[in-house]
Amino acid sequence: MPRFRRALPLIGALLLCACGSEQNDPYPRAERGRNILYAAFTERPKHLDPVQSYSEDEITFTAQIYEPPLQYHYLKRPYTLIPLTSEAVPVPRYFDAAGNELPADAPAAAIATSVYEIRLRPGIRYQPHPAFALDAAGQPLYRAGDREQLRGIEKLGDFAQTGSRELVADDYIYQIKRLAHPRLHSPIFSMMAERIVGLRELGEALQEEARKLPAGAWIDLDGFPLAGVSRVDRHTYRISLHGKYPQFAYWLAMPFFAPVPREVDRFYHQPGMAEKNLTLDWYPVGTGPFMLTENNPNSRMVLTRNPNFHGETYPCDGEPGDEAAGLLADCGKPLPFIEQAVYSREKESIPYWNKFLQGYYDASGISSDSFDQAVRLAVGGDVQLTDEMRDKGISLLTSVRASIFYMGFNMLDPVVGGLGEQATKLRQALSIAIDQEEFISIFMNGRGIPATSPLPPGIFGYLDGREGINPVVYDWVDGRAQRKPLAEARRLLAEAGWPNGRNAVTGEPLVLNLDTTTGGMGEKSRLDWLTRQFARLDIQLVVRSTDFNRFQEKIRKGAVQLYYLGWNADYPDPENFLFLLAGSEGKVAKAGENASNYANPEFDRLFEQMKDLESDGPRGAERLPIIRQAIALLQHDAPWIYGFHPKSYTLGQVWLHNRKPTDVGNNILKYQRIDAAARERLRQEWNRPVLWPLALLAALLLAVLLPAAIAHRRRERGTAR
Amino acid sequence: MLAYVVRRLLYALPILIGVNLITFALFFVVNTPDDMARMQLGVKRVTPEAITRWKAERGYDRPLFVNDEASGVAVFSETIFFSKSIRMFVGDFGRAEDGRDIAREIVARMGPSLAIALPTFVLGLLVSVTFALLLTFFRATYLDFWGVVLCVAMMSISGLFYIIGGQYLISKLWKLVPISGYGGGLDAWKFVILPVVIGVVSGIGSSTRWYRTIFIEEIARDYVRTARAKGLSEAAVLFRHVLRNALIPILTGVVVVIPLLFMGSLLTESFFGIPGLGSYTIDAINAQDFAVVRAMVFIGSLLYIVGLILTDLSYTLVDPRIRFD
Repeated sequence: MPRFRRALPLIGALLLCACGSEQNDPYPRAERGRNILYAAFTERPKHLDPVQSYSEDEITFTAQIYEPPLQYHYLKRPYTLIPLTSEAVPVPRYFDAAGNELPADAPAAAIATSVYEIRLRPGIRYQPHPAFALDAAGQPLYRAGDREQLRGIEKLGDFAQTGSRELVADDYIYQIKRLAHPRLHSPIFSMMAERIVGLRELGEALQEEARKLPAGAWIDLDGFPLAGVSRVDRHTYRISLHGKYPQFAYWLAMPFFAPVPREVDRFYHQPGMAEKNLTLDWYPVGTGPFMLTENNPNSRMVLTRNPNFHGETYPCDGEPGDEAAGLLADCGKPLPFIEQAVYSREKESIPYWNKFLQGYYDASGISSDSFDQAVRLAVGGDVQLTDEMRDKGISLLTSVRASIFYMGFNMLDPVVGGLGEQATKLRQALSIAIDQEEFISIFMNGRGIPATSPLPPGIFGYLDGREGINPVVYDWVDGRAQRKPLAEARRLLAEAGWPNGRNAVTGEPLVLNLDTTTGGMGEKSRLDWLTRQFARLDIQLVVRSTDFNRFQEKIRKGAVQLYYLGWNADYPDPENFLFLLAGSEGKVAKAGENASNYANPEFDRLFEQMKDLESDGPRGAERLPIIRQAIALLQHDAPWIYGFHPKSYTLGQVWLHNRKPTDVGNNILKYQRIDAAARERLRQEWNRPVLWPLALLAALLLAVLLPAAIAHRRRERGTAR
Repeated sequence: MLAYVVRRLLYALPILIGVNLITFALFFVVNTPDDMARMQLGVKRVTPEAITRWKAERGYDRPLFVNDEASGVAVFSETIFFSKSIRMFVGDFGRAEDGRDIAREIVARMGPSLAIALPTFVLGLLVSVTFALLLTFFRATYLDFWGVVLCVAMMSISGLFYIIGGQYLISKLWKLVPISGYGGGLDAWKFVILPVVIGVVSGIGSSTRWYRTIFIEEIARDYVRTARAKGLSEAAVLFRHVLRNALIPILTGVVVVIPLLFMGSLLTESFFGIPGLGSYTIDAINAQDFAVVRAMVFIGSLLYIVGLILTDLSYTLVDPRIRFD
């Protein structure tokens, strides 16, 4: 009993603590009320080096740190390129094989070289970083080869001194050379080697050099010339491309073309750095609005405002509706608005969702598990927030993503492939029979729109309404697209030589094989649904589920009949979707991205024409009919069953401002604004701890233990029997 | 005793080689070096040349087990198996496929894993043994009956249900602790409470039943009757005599898992966002990172062997009749 009395003050203190609000706050108390944005990430980023990082998980971070010369306008749609560190969006100059300058409207065939001259804005400075720290003699403070200096240093913050310097053209040139570095494995090297003059040769020279050096040794790229990239002056550089490549400007908005200073590369290659995981792949260095100050991809990553940021203001124009949505309220205000962004890793959707509801994340997607809790479909198919969400002031942002999911036919397959009339009709019949609208409704909670061609909305060449329908699959009835009746599919199937799903000659049933990767929960019901769709045409579908590696291997070898795949846009240009069906990209023949191995010379001709044209100006008017012809060909040949373009649903808390969905512009953090005071107030309101269950548990425990204690006492005092 | 330990450690060597061989074979049955390269380089715009370069750089361009093109010892040493395995036996785990040093990563993640696993283990053991002793004390009464029913019910429920239910009740409805996450230093306690409570509660059912069986068996022995005949209270009989004599079967199951606490829990760490070794292993499997999978399996095997040796050693502490001579 005396012991219990001694413990009373401690128990009291604990209870007092428990009575305070926000016991469930996952963030340090010191962060409360600060202008910090809280978000989550699911997959840990593998690479933060701009030469390698390509995936969405990575670009979420790299796009806030690195600044390529161009960026996308945050609000305007269709997506519009604007300068970021450059003074203007470069206009290419064209030259023929003899070096004579050609007019802007010269035919693509005459153009031997395109030259992009990029002039940087002076005065842009890098984030503070030890690689820039100089000694009294103006030499790098942390010199190469000095292992002694690394004693006691485990992370970047352990370096006592940091420095900065101005962004110059050489930094961009250095990074373009890094694309060819054999040890960096840039995913775009092969593609860019076809375009940038001299990049392939540089890659070969660097490969040779790398063979001579021990693993991990630094290669001074300044010692290797790159013919197609040159420095004009301190702030200007030129890139020369083979032929005409109008899509190159989009690449100039990606981190692949962001600057990397030579001294930073040198700094990270000092002996002993890699052993401590101090690499550019882990600690990026940029001129962007934020810098990575905490990198623990297992748990949390923190971006902090770059004190040296050159400054930028919030846009004052956008697309219609932006003003009404309050997206122009911060017009002209200096960016970024927030001082820090904290990204916590959430592997599971349930904790992520619940923390969002408690106010500990500022925005969230909607997983299938929480869909019914978040939104409901109103009469007429409109999506509305549930009352619970509305009561919290949560807003819903939807947008159709620049992506497509499709079921592809292997055009090399003797049954479903080829451009012959019978095989084409078989593919057309299947395109009609598989009801994408039903699929979207059942399995996507309505979060998608049926695709009529490879092009998603927002991409030049996409047409809505009557003009945009796939005439093979849809009729235009009462002002809306209506899937053709199953009878039409049956007719086509019969004409294809498979009446009622049986071979017209041999009477054998038509059996088709679908190769797919083993999916998670819900996969079986999806495949069952698909089997039923095929069964409507009396076609037997055999699903061959396999792991991702085997699936990829089968695709590479052309050992599939039907398969499911998807594609996310790299940049908002029709070329980035239509190339997936270009003969030059055939998976089996050329190891390209055309997994269907579709090769139609007419489509290839149109594609070649279309890809060399710009979307804006008079060239746009010339380009559009070519795209329409190409799409009509694809709709007729049906190498894909055009599935759907997914819709992204994002929920934003009431205190989060300026959020606009975007698919290709990733440097969006600088535009986000937080009302930290409102967040603090609402978090307190939403997270008052409930203590009575603890008392109830204690009472229950007592109720069990008391009779036990009495029984024990009785037994101990009882007489032996 | 030292000779015994050394002998056991030497026995462990072929076991470790065998485990390594099986891990290697199983991994490469499912994943070829090409698959690994594709996973690391991404699926977009990857060329065969890039894959060849990636493999050559990491030594995955060699044959798996036997190099027919080599001669002498090199027939076996110039292989992926040899080059990737041999260094582990001197404690060099190398680098993960993303370039990070594996040993550093393991050291960094050991703390969060232990922060969950150790209290769960200790508290779980205390609670289960105490509960089992109580049931033994009240054997053949309604308390024993309902206690066993409760244990059966608890062990019938999936671990995932405890996690999701616990998060829902304690964090979402009652808002007492964060649902997930992890913080270092003094902040760690608020993240640790919930997984520890759930870990303890989810383990009570099976372990209590196991310990109760041991105690019930023990309580029927002659020395217990003698102790009672001396006039000792039932509590004294249980705690002083029965518990001590029941320690050998308890230690058999308990000591062996102590070293494995370092390895963390796959499910708990994933759901609670704990950056420990359990989630490291899962991430590596998903990313087809052979270097990490191999290292974690190796360490797991080693720790298991250490656990078995410790178990044997612990017998000498609780039973003076056992000697290693």
